[in-house]
Amino acid sequence: MKIRYFAWLRQRTGLAEEELEPPAEVHTVADLKRWLADRHPRFAETLAAPGVVRCAVDQEYAEDDTPVGGAREVAFFPPVTGG
Amino acid sequence: MIRVTGDPFDPAAEIAAFAAGRTDVGGIASFVGRVRDRAGEVRIRAMTLEHYPGMTERKLAEIEEEARRRWPLLDCLVIHRYGRMEPGEPIVLVATASAHRAAALEACTFLIDWLKTKAPFWKLEETDRGARWVEAKASDDAAAARWEERATG
Repeated sequence: MKIRYFAWLRQRTGLAEEELEPPAEVHTVADLKRWLADRHPRFAETLAAPGVVRCAVDQEYAEDDTPVGGAREVAFFPPVTGG
Repeated sequence: MIRVTGDPFDPAAEIAAFAAGRTDVGGIASFVGRVRDRAGEVRIRAMTLEHYPGMTERKLAEIEEEARRRWPLLDCLVIHRYGRMEPGEPIVLVATASAHRAAALEACTFLIDWLKTKAPFWKLEETDRGARWVEAKASDDAAAARWEERATG
């Protein structure tokens, strides 16, 4: 599974993307956040804070309860500010 | 049509070419978003737009499709830049063409309102006090929500 980070999440984690195989017990976006927080202690607090980090699973906006099993790509980013 | 580009573009030339030669178009509306030189008291030297390649194009295409579903548009154009831009440079152009003005004007407003809250772009400002990521505005969410209400109501 490819994990991608954008904007200040990319800066804070120090990486734009990483290829990871989450364990079988990671079923949802919320599970994935908890698992990633252990790997990136620097932004554990940010990932856990409600409403701060948005997520997309296979390039569709996702919520904490969205399944990630079988997903090719999961992205984390702050609220969008285009236009 | 959707175009996401790292290159500068000329809104006047794009609008002139838009719907050119079509005699069924009675009204064209357009919006150009540009980099401002200040945010409140803070002077802005430049702005860098980051985006999510692939998802950006997909979301913009969905937004265009939704606009075409709601209004009788004869043509539709969205150009959005990414990369580093200086004050005065255009970031985004939305243009809509219809037989009559109301559809063109409303669809244009809808497109920029939804784009701002749904397309995965992020702005990094270079200011006199250093670089900072622009925070999402509640007023933009409210502007986008107006169109949600209309859809369900």
